[in-house]
Amino acid sequence: MAASLRCVLRSGKNAVSALRRRGFHSSSPAAVQVTVRDALNQAMDEELERDERVFLLGEEVAQYDGAYKVSRGLWKKYGDKRIIDTPISEMGFAGIAVGAAMAGLRPICEFMTFNFSMQAIDQVINSAAKTYYMSAGLQSVPIVFRGPNGASAGVAAQHSQCFAAWYAHCPGLKVVSPWNSEDAKGLLKSAIRDDNPVVFLENELMYGVPFEMSEETQAKDFTIPIGKAKIERQGNHVTLVSHSRFVGHCLDAAAVLAKEGIECEVINLRTIRPMDVESIESSVMKTNHLVTVEGGWPQFGVGAEICARVMEGPAFNYLDAPVTRVTGVDIPMPYAKILEDNSVPQIKDIIFSVKKTLNV
Amino acid sequence: MKTMLAIISNALCRMTGRNVGARVVVSRSFADFTPQVTFDIKKCDLHRLEDGPPVKAELTREQGLQYYRTMQTVRRMELKADQLYKQKIIRGFCHLYDGQEACAAGIEAAINPSDHLITAYRAHGYTYTRGVSMKEILAELTGRKGGVAKGKGGSMHMYAPHFYGGNGIVGAQVPLGAGIALACQYQGNNQVCVTLYGDGAANQGQIFETFNMAALWKLPCIFICENNKYGMGTSVERAAASTDYYKRGDFIPGIRVDGMDVLCVREAAQFAADHCRAGKGPIIMELQTYRYHGHSMSDPGVSYRTREEIQEVRTKNDPISMLKERMLGNNMASAEELKEIDVDIRKQVEEAAQFATSDPEPPLDELCNHIFYNNPPLEVRGTHPWSKLKSVS
Repeated sequence: MAASLRCVLRSGKNAVSALRRRGFHSSSPAAVQVTVRDALNQAMDEELERDERVFLLGEEVAQYDGAYKVSRGLWKKYGDKRIIDTPISEMGFAGIAVGAAMAGLRPICEFMTFNFSMQAIDQVINSAAKTYYMSAGLQSVPIVFRGPNGASAGVAAQHSQCFAAWYAHCPGLKVVSPWNSEDAKGLLKSAIRDDNPVVFLENELMYGVPFEMSEETQAKDFTIPIGKAKIERQGNHVTLVSHSRFVGHCLDAAAVLAKEGIECEVINLRTIRPMDVESIESSVMKTNHLVTVEGGWPQFGVGAEICARVMEGPAFNYLDAPVTRVTGVDIPMPYAKILEDNSVPQIKDIIFSVKKTLNV
Repeated sequence: MKTMLAIISNALCRMTGRNVGARVVVSRSFADFTPQVTFDIKKCDLHRLEDGPPVKAELTREQGLQYYRTMQTVRRMELKADQLYKQKIIRGFCHLYDGQEACAAGIEAAINPSDHLITAYRAHGYTYTRGVSMKEILAELTGRKGGVAKGKGGSMHMYAPHFYGGNGIVGAQVPLGAGIALACQYQGNNQVCVTLYGDGAANQGQIFETFNMAALWKLPCIFICENNKYGMGTSVERAAASTDYYKRGDFIPGIRVDGMDVLCVREAAQFAADHCRAGKGPIIMELQTYRYHGHSMSDPGVSYRTREEIQEVRTKNDPISMLKERMLGNNMASAEELKEIDVDIRKQVEEAAQFATSDPEPPLDELCNHIFYNNPPLEVRGTHPWSKLKSVS
């Protein structure tokens, strides 16, 4: 106690930080555990509060608190005007959302899952994505389309498709795919603040997963820039590139491989379009080996695009082996658990692929 | 006054031996013209409405001249586009609006510039009435940098403040229009959105989804079906189980209007706008109209309808002729005065066409611009890996 006092008196203007460092009166919010669901909820809550032009519409988003409870509490706080329950009319309400964006509002249009976005895909592509270009800059469309994407658990073929490749194919769209809570919050806030159409691909299996969120990431103005990947784990032997849920799988595989002396660099793409190819290239130029991991189907997918881009760029000459893609199995998603489990990349598939790529 | 002039003109004629009289008679003072006339207009068929638009319409001389000028401008502009297309100076899609001018002119007369309007691909008329110059419209059709969308949109993608195009996907503009109406309601600005679609689009599912939400949320949206009797080559009888398009909104009130009479259109649109502004929710207007051209420039327009039918509408029901006859018949303007307007419009159309054919095409280094708004510049892949193009907002 006396030592601290002396420290404070001596340090003068550094008093406060001195107190903090010593753990004296520690009133600053430390890192907390936040689920992806709650992170998304916080992001929307903060943006709704910050800008009155922001509103949320979709099926069951208001009085039901969201089909997956992502919008829990928002209707109670903001009311009917800002949180709108729609009938089951994807094409209609997606078009309405785009029109509202054209006329000055900033809608968040929720698809209960992205499988249902196919009903409305014309509005996403032809009315939202292309309009700024077709109008030569006269008409912008500040809209976010969000919802769960990709495989869930036991929901079978019509409810399990990954749309990352479909939407990322189109100029005029930004496509974002968060993995953890920090990603979810920072990227959703950026998406809502972005003046362009953003497709925000969540993952239902990640909603309930808690992650530590630092003090910095809890701030009301914390955003993550769209278009920048993050290196989740440093390594020298092989680069693993992934997005969404499979980033976690990559980290788990990396932990196992580390015990065998193989150090993986794990890159979390965070954004599919525009893709941060430079981060991948820098990493490949260091590790000389690349493995991509995704939940979607292999043909014309995210991994295929990464292969093509790496081949066309400076990193190609640094590859000691062809790029390996780890993907979902090229079939409609089956129902039975054993079949479903074997339809998406497992940790052992990633480990196997890394070793094959490294020829060990 | 008239006899005085007649005496003078006769005297002049005898003196000069030439028919100067004609010009003397023309320069009558404006006090000679009837300043305002009340016309009887057709009663509208009503759906779920007790009262409809009035059956009388007041027209002032100024309004008459303005509507005449607007409709004649659209007419001549579209005919010039036809000409330019046949000369292959306009390419791709070109859907012409001649015959339907009373719809665009009548609607614009009833709404404010601060209201909103969105339509489908037969959009040149509305692009003009919503404030884009003929020069910018024709230059957009010819794909030049002076076009309203810098040549990047073409016929179906022209925009202006409170005018949202120009939309190529049939029916997609209807949910967009309801969304614009939602924004009006949300912002509490007492504005309405006029959302147009055709008899062909009327069978699109997304329109019914939109009707449901617009009625549920009482959106200030005026849905207008321009029924020109043919969706491309399919007549309404062959496309729709019910051709009462004004009733197709079921729970939404509807009016069926003579779309060839600019006064009918104006009165109905005024009625509809009042309905929406009073917070009563959406309303549907069916405008019965006709297009002289085929569906687009690649359709001669006579394989699914007879030349006699087209000719009959031209002679008996042309919107510009009808207005002209009304004005001349009631001494609201002189034939010469209208002729002067025609000459002036022709001149303007020629100038606009001249601009549209001589303005340069957009520069290649702007190819990739306007992908994103308010965004730092980005790199766009060209046709091969060594082609790295630049895109700015």
